[in-house]
Amino acid sequence: MPDFQPTLLAQVGKPESHTRRVYEQSGGYQALRKVLKGMAPKDIVETVKSSGLRGRGGAGFPTGLKWTFLPPNHPGPIYFCLNADESEPGTFNNRILMEDDPHQVLEGLIISCFATQARVAYYYMRCEYPLAFERTTAALAECYEAGYLGQNILGSGYSLDIYMHRGAGAYICGEETGLIESLEGKRAWPRIKPPFPAVEGAFRKPTVVNNVETVACVKQIVERGVDWFKSIGIPPDPANPRDAGSYGPKLYCLSGHINRPGCYEAPLGITCQDLIDRFGGGIWKGRQAKAAIPGGISMGLLKADEFHCPLDFNGPGKFGCLGLGTAAVVVMDETTSMVDFLLNSCRFFSHESCGQCTPCREGTHWATQMMTRIKHGKGRHRDLDLLAEIGETIGIMPGTTICGLADGAAWPIKNCIKKFRQELEEYIRRTNPTGWMETNPVPALELVGIH
Amino acid sequence: MPVVIVDGKEIEIGASERLNGIQAARRAGVEIPHYCWHAGLSVVASCRMCLVECGKRDPATGKVTMQPRVVPACQTPAAPDTVFITASDKVKNARAMVEEDLLLRHPIDCPICDKAGECLLQDYHFQHGREARRADIQPFTSRRRELGDTVTLFVDRCVMCSRCVRFTREVSGTSELLVINRGAQEEIDVFRSEDGEIQFPLDNKLSGNVVDLCPVGALGDKDFLYKQRVWFMKSHDNVCAGCATGCSIKVEENQDRVYRLKPRENPHVNQWWMCDEGRYGYDHVHDPARVTQPRKRDGKRHVNIDWSQIAPELDARLRKAGRLAAVISPHLTVEEAYLLAKYFRSLDPQAVLAIGPIPTEGSDEKFPTGFTIRAEKCPNRKGVEAVISRLSGGLVNWGDLLGQLASSRFGAVWIAGGYKSPWNDAQVAAKFSDVPLVIVQDCFASPLWDRADYQLPGATFAEREGSYVNATDRLQSFRWAVRPPAGVMVEGRLYWQLLGREGMYRASDVMAEIAREITYFSTATKGVPDVGVDLKVNQLA
Ligand SMILES: Cc1cc2nc3c(=O)[nH]c(=O)nc-3n(C[C@H](O)[C@H](O)[C@H](O)COP(=O)(O)O)c2cc1C
Ligand code: SF4
Ligand code: SF4
Ligand code: FES
Repeated sequence: MPDFQPTLLAQVGKPESHTRRVYEQSGGYQALRKVLKGMAPKDIVETVKSSGLRGRGGAGFPTGLKWTFLPPNHPGPIYFCLNADESEPGTFNNRILMEDDPHQVLEGLIISCFATQARVAYYYMRCEYPLAFERTTAALAECYEAGYLGQNILGSGYSLDIYMHRGAGAYICGEETGLIESLEGKRAWPRIKPPFPAVEGAFRKPTVVNNVETVACVKQIVERGVDWFKSIGIPPDPANPRDAGSYGPKLYCLSGHINRPGCYEAPLGITCQDLIDRFGGGIWKGRQAKAAIPGGISMGLLKADEFHCPLDFNGPGKFGCLGLGTAAVVVMDETTSMVDFLLNSCRFFSHESCGQCTPCREGTHWATQMMTRIKHGKGRHRDLDLLAEIGETIGIMPGTTICGLADGAAWPIKNCIKKFRQELEEYIRRTNPTGWMETNPVPALELVGIH
Repeated sequence: MPVVIVDGKEIEIGASERLNGIQAARRAGVEIPHYCWHAGLSVVASCRMCLVECGKRDPATGKVTMQPRVVPACQTPAAPDTVFITASDKVKNARAMVEEDLLLRHPIDCPICDKAGECLLQDYHFQHGREARRADIQPFTSRRRELGDTVTLFVDRCVMCSRCVRFTREVSGTSELLVINRGAQEEIDVFRSEDGEIQFPLDNKLSGNVVDLCPVGALGDKDFLYKQRVWFMKSHDNVCAGCATGCSIKVEENQDRVYRLKPRENPHVNQWWMCDEGRYGYDHVHDPARVTQPRKRDGKRHVNIDWSQIAPELDARLRKAGRLAAVISPHLTVEEAYLLAKYFRSLDPQAVLAIGPIPTEGSDEKFPTGFTIRAEKCPNRKGVEAVISRLSGGLVNWGDLLGQLASSRFGAVWIAGGYKSPWNDAQVAAKFSDVPLVIVQDCFASPLWDRADYQLPGATFAEREGSYVNATDRLQSFRWAVRPPAGVMVEGRLYWQLLGREGMYRASDVMAEIAREITYFSTATKGVPDVGVDLKVNQLA
């Protein structure tokens, strides 16, 4: 993309980019000043709505629309939760923003809070990001100093406080209602919906939850305008009435068996192949690619011959994947064993399942148990059918669970078995020549502790 | 009337009723299996046993649009024109999945599990489970862990429905129980120190309810543990005599031995709960110290007497005794109080009728959802008082009567006790030294018992039948659950004989008579339903 200029990452790489001084030198907080001088909250909501911005946290929900779900003329308090729990395997774009450009995030957050009329915001950051925490905390102090936070911000009459809250290392705290429960000091068991957070969220008050990158986009939209934002990305697919289009720049996290792993900004809709070739410098060690995770492990798998898949909100779905997710692409080369991939994936989800829904708690555990046995040379062809059945039956899509973690656990299983069944079967037959055809229950293996 | 459609059957719901899918289906006679949902607790919709198909019928066109995914019936409001499908293959598969999931790591130690026979996991497995195990065969583990004085946890049997946790948060308000770990490692526990020592045990006055709530054998009642297989027991509707709340209960017994008491749902009294004091307060029924031999005084000592002699002999003596008084304990039923009062007033129209001592302890204790443990530790003060007031035109209490003893020159005093433990002392007994004929009916010996000229062993709550009136004027009727031990005659039967009435003593017949005679009880004229009747309704009218 020679003609594409990064905006979200524009500051990244500059010396002292995390300080207010450097941020302000490149026009930082001008968007906030503009907003507080002359814009009404509903104007910003309108702007964000017409920009077509969709949430960057994984679900791709239209941000402006989400904000309009808040009850109109609510006497308050309304809370804003910034989701910085970033735990989807392969994902680190929030981290780059928070470490290298924390003020962009804060400016976007303050504007978003103004738009939603929240006067208190919680910045929920995973505990595994010490540097991001340090820099964001420092940036917050700088904002209070400069009067961008606190009472009567820049003389506008609008007041806002932001509180940092650190997670304790659980994937489920990224699910928006798990996050809210955790914030309230409870076990992060996602809530049943309805009510949605916009109606009843943190401390039973209307609450907006948005991702770090989403609010950074808000800042850019306010600064550069709707037209600029819509000039990037892909319009809705006319063949898909439910596609709201994929506009704007996106931070892609590229990792795995490639030459130049990293976080890259590109227009939404770049193909997986382009991303690997132009940004990632191709597959490492001169090898061939075998597969890639399109957007965090929850989204499933693309085979190497599916790399022409456009990475927009609508693209991966056409290849049987769950969606774009967090746009974290993890590339696997030809030497990767799909048994290892699937075992790893199953183990992650069984470890992270919050454990309240029976199908998720037990299904993910059962899958891990079977994959462990397969890995240890005691697999059976039948296990693949059982695994596929688990993949088909757990999740909010079939309706059997409360949150999307189970869908995320299901997709890698489903995709892997569908797209790599032959390899899995060969492995099972090769490592278990005498028992692969067994269909009666076999003794379980001791699971290795994963805590 | 709005309707919902369950498996093609239309059922009417009240315009202001807010039912969920499980409750609506029940109206249609369809039971939707469920673990985590309980009408008395918040909805979490996590076990997913209640999955059904759901849709909407367009009232104008009659066209039904179904949702593509299954939904938990417990979380789905039965709004007008909602369509529930509970028996499709999709639903059956979902149930089979949940049952299979719950059995993946379950120890299946039913042969040594107290819950076997009344376990939802067992029942649902037979009704909805798969025929054969498909999962790996697990090594057997069944760990037991203490939670407190009343309840013990069989860790591996838990299906993680979180009912017990919600109970301690929402109903008892004490929050002792919690979930530890995550995912398949999750367990129920109490707060412990690092070395496993319990810091905050499950210790509240409603603790036993978590055992009833537990759909499986994970929570064990220490009082009941390993005493009886549930299928050997018969269950009898009854009313707790522990305090003036009068919780609706079930007395569960085998061969006249009570093994446990359980709450019985009654929205007007106890919802689904009962307190530990009531639940575990039945020891006196089988206490070896109970008196079981009727005796009469012969000079300084007492000699055995046969029950068949007692009624005629007492009747003859009482008729000649002159001034009479009867003390009626608040542990007797309304019917018993009525019969004894009637009898005494028929012998002596001026007979003094007094209510026995009212045991009280502390003050009323109210829990977050309204459940109340009363300070008044007897079931029927209001009922006995109403009978006495109506039949004698005034109320004399125990203290008043003791005061009258010296001056009133009673020819005979009848004291119907029925208390759970000895309740009087030598000083009280001494006050009766000049009364020529003292008759005491009671469960345990006491100084007054020793003073008695006739010692008549009486019944405990489990052996009685009749009605109590609780603190809020609700009258509840019940039948006996166990036969009294040999040598004990239930009070009501004896009074029936003394009155010379024909046939068997049946409390329901007596209640019909009382309801006609005493206005306070008139709501009970047409019989008393399981949940009792509100006597105040009549007072207000
Ligand atoms: C299991 C699970 C984990 C999630 N983790 C994250 C996360 O770490 N960060 C995040 O922003 N969103 C996460 N989400 C998505 C959030 O629920 C929510 O959709 C998002 O924060 C909304 O923000 P957005 O609209 O700005 O994308 C997760 C969702 C699920 C189901
Ligand atoms: S789907 Fe899994 S992670 Fe989500 S609420 Fe249910 S058990 Fe928890
Ligand atoms: S112990 Fe019983 S009531 Fe408590 S969560 Fe487990 S199964 Fe449910
Ligand atoms: S009873 Fe509905 S999900 Fe548990």
